[in-house]
Amino acid sequence: MKATKLFALALVAVIGLNSCSSDDDNTPEEINEEEVITTITVTLAPQTGETVTLTSRDLDGDGPDAPVISISGALQAGMLYNGSVLLENETETPAEVINEEIQEEADEHQFFFQASSDLNADFTYTDSENTYLNNGVSNPVGLTFNLQAGTASSGTFTITLRHEPSKDAEGVSEGDITNAAGETDVQESFDVVIE
Amino acid sequence: MNVFRLVILLIFTVQLQAQTCDYSITGVVRDFHDGSVLANSTLSVNGYDIYALSDFDGRYTLDGLCAGTYVITITHPECEVAEFTVEVQRDLQRDFKLEHHTEELNAVTVQGENLNQGTISGSQEVLKSEVLEQYSNASLGDALREVPGVSSLNTGSTVVKPVINGLHSSRVLIINNGTRMEDQEWGVEHAPNLDINAAENVTVIKGASALRYGGDAVGGVIVTNAPKAPVKDTLYGKTILSGASNGRSVGLTTSLLKAYKSGFYVQGQGTAKYAGDLRAPDYVLSNTGLRERDFSVGFGLNKFTYGFDAYYSFYNSEIGILRASHIGNLSDLIRAINSGAPDYVQDFTYDINAPKQDVSHHLAKLSFYKRFENAGKLNLDYSFQQNNRKEFDIRRGDDSDKPSLDLRLTTHTLSSNFLYDAMAGVKANFGAEVSYQENFPDPNTGIRRLIPDYEMYTAGVYATADIDLSPDWRLDGGIRYDFMQVDAQKYYLNSSWESRGYEEEFGDLVVSRSDSQLLVNPVFDYHNFSGTVGARYRIKPNWDLKFNLSSASRAPNPAELFSDGLHHSAAIIELGDLRLNQEQSYKASVEFTGQIEGLSFGINPYYNHIDDFIIMEPSGLQYTNRGAFPVYQYGQVDARLLGVDLRAAYAFNENFDLQTVFAYVNGQDLERNRPLIDMPAPNINTTLGFQKPEWNNLKLGLRNQSVLKQTRFPDNDFEVTYINDAGEQTTERVEVSRTPEAYSLFHLTSSVDFDVFKQSTLTVGFYVDNILNTAYRDYLNRQRYFADDLGRNFRIQLKLNY
Repeated sequence: MKATKLFALALVAVIGLNSCSSDDDNTPEEINEEEVITTITVTLAPQTGETVTLTSRDLDGDGPDAPVISISGALQAGMLYNGSVLLENETETPAEVINEEIQEEADEHQFFFQASSDLNADFTYTDSENTYLNNGVSNPVGLTFNLQAGTASSGTFTITLRHEPSKDAEGVSEGDITNAAGETDVQESFDVVIE
Repeated sequence: MNVFRLVILLIFTVQLQAQTCDYSITGVVRDFHDGSVLANSTLSVNGYDIYALSDFDGRYTLDGLCAGTYVITITHPECEVAEFTVEVQRDLQRDFKLEHHTEELNAVTVQGENLNQGTISGSQEVLKSEVLEQYSNASLGDALREVPGVSSLNTGSTVVKPVINGLHSSRVLIINNGTRMEDQEWGVEHAPNLDINAAENVTVIKGASALRYGGDAVGGVIVTNAPKAPVKDTLYGKTILSGASNGRSVGLTTSLLKAYKSGFYVQGQGTAKYAGDLRAPDYVLSNTGLRERDFSVGFGLNKFTYGFDAYYSFYNSEIGILRASHIGNLSDLIRAINSGAPDYVQDFTYDINAPKQDVSHHLAKLSFYKRFENAGKLNLDYSFQQNNRKEFDIRRGDDSDKPSLDLRLTTHTLSSNFLYDAMAGVKANFGAEVSYQENFPDPNTGIRRLIPDYEMYTAGVYATADIDLSPDWRLDGGIRYDFMQVDAQKYYLNSSWESRGYEEEFGDLVVSRSDSQLLVNPVFDYHNFSGTVGARYRIKPNWDLKFNLSSASRAPNPAELFSDGLHHSAAIIELGDLRLNQEQSYKASVEFTGQIEGLSFGINPYYNHIDDFIIMEPSGLQYTNRGAFPVYQYGQVDARLLGVDLRAAYAFNENFDLQTVFAYVNGQDLERNRPLIDMPAPNINTTLGFQKPEWNNLKLGLRNQSVLKQTRFPDNDFEVTYINDAGEQTTERVEVSRTPEAYSLFHLTSSVDFDVFKQSTLTVGFYVDNILNTAYRDYLNRQRYFADDLGRNFRIQLKLNY
């Protein structure tokens, strides 16, 4: 029967063809996520005195371990600090600095700095898109900023990085996160003391 | 069952070889299957005025033949027209056997009624091509909502998964042209990868009573069938052009079928859809465009005793996911829930950006059948499927064009079925099936694999039978056994391996360990038993009572076993569990249908008890440098679902009719005595129809779709402390459980037919969905936290049949 033979032949051909492709029995490769931000370091350099660093380290990324927070010391009342943010992926050696990617996409990123009401501190941006992209746009990015410490107090300092925020929305370029939208890439809070 | 008209053809070719013209042929005409005699068959000799009719015992006599070769054509009311070549040198004694099933199937397919898809006593419903055509520019999931008791689980309005009696995903099998779809159906945002336009009809079987298709249909089975070629010389096809205002979409689908009297046929079909951003009543749903390209081709031979089919289909869709639903962490989710409107709204565009899905599905199939005298029909099928799913998230830097998920799932299936139908009143199916499946998650995504590399082997055997006890009583039943082995290679973060407590239990499965991760090679075996038994009692014509008991057994799918990590589109961390075992359902259903003059109705209550029902539920929060994420973990509970599907229709006169369907399902977690999550809310659909065949077959329909508020849901709300927009630490209850309000929508359908060209019909359809532009959200839409559902939509459809 012709049809039977044809069918059998086709079947053999198809099975034969496919069995060739199933030779990838080798071990799948390990993936170390490149985009993960394991470490956030905020460096606050005062005009005079000790530099304060705030670090959040979460080496397992989305895994169950919570970030480990360390704060080097207290801030001085009334002092102006030059602040900078360093984002790293420490699962790679040497650690990959993510700042470069933020700088390249400065128009799509913005940091927000917030002090809880019981903490006397104010923030101003000291960079803009133009700093990294030379695009003539004065919208802030926030990789660098100033922190003006007020009177002695203690509270929460929160740093947030938004991806694709609406930078032109009301208040956003002044650092008000309320209308920023976008999605959160980084959000961490530090309990700080001003003495 | 319909009785078919008697058509008689006789073809008789003669090559005269001798002068004696007083030979005769005598014999009996029998049914090929059971050898029973066929009365009233007509036999005719082509070219000659020689006819005979078989008598009550199937006997016939054809007289007055000369020596030579003749072709005799035999027809019977319920049979395939058959031709036999006979060489006559003397008086002949010859019995003929006729086939009746092919013709029966064709006729039934054309009418789309009473299609037997493997269950007599189970509740099933058929969607005919005229209904499917209305959804030509939508999806299978949209069309299936026409069936009472079927709803859909949506991600936006373009990813639509069917839900049967409250169950979905791996619990609903989709059989596409005889092949079980292996298209990563485990994910709630993974819609079936098939083109609705390739189907001639779709049958929904509620429950596991159609064992032939699989033993794990805890929810049910959806069977789509390609058009069946008739055995005659013909060429026909159709083209549908659709346009819609919402999304400014166009869709084109066309199909062509050429068949020959020899049984040979060729068919082809193609679809293209192109849509931009959809609109809710008050805003654009940015990034919800769609592209779809599908085609299928097939050819085959449909002979009296044997035949084959070769079929290939390709499906590709690129689907934009609402930009505002892509969130970074828990505080983004809280913001979205509190604001009540999407935070990202742009002007309409056809562009599709991340987040999006790009999915392709290949299906190639070879089938062969042979009928055996006094026995039945043997089917052999081989199918190859490859499903490639790419999901794109919003990413940073060099990775922005890379998918975050890139899975290639390849499946080979070899199956056989033997239908025994030699005994009157008994039909039995015996079958075996083996399959091999391989999943390859492409590591180039740079993101840890949500679903690991695995190989899966399955083998199944089944036997089913249905028996006519009497003209009124019909019984059916069956059993099935399936074996499944999954052999995976999965990386876990050391920290999650430890925190899950896997080291003690599964430490011996670890293949290698590095500083941060370890590779595990779990090999798990599952033995699944399923069965069904039921009866159908015909009280009187159009009054039927069906009882069915079925049990299905489903092994955990790879997502349930192995997921571990952040699911971006939902901003949750999903954790599978290696300890899961299979779930087993026990479902009882009764269906009562009847008709009193213009009023017809159907009542279908059911009770489904499921042991070790696999559910996903929140188990706490996890903190990262991106903020907090809720953790959802797979677990197992004993559960029960009970519900009822109702249908009633009343024809006022030949022009006006009213139809209404109602569905209610009540799901309960029996262990904690609380409702199950994601159960469809009670809903009622009512259509007032008007038709006037004299006015170009005018059809009008006004439909009301009302969905009540789901008041039965588990309280999965959780408290979280986060930093609000004012920079303050706030503790808030995240109301993820709350269900949307009830809603009621009105839709209009209308169509007229025109005769064009010689034998063609042009149908012009005009539809308005959500006429009142009502803003609403649906409980079973995963984007209900972020945006309203679709606003008003005008659709036009031109259909040309030729």
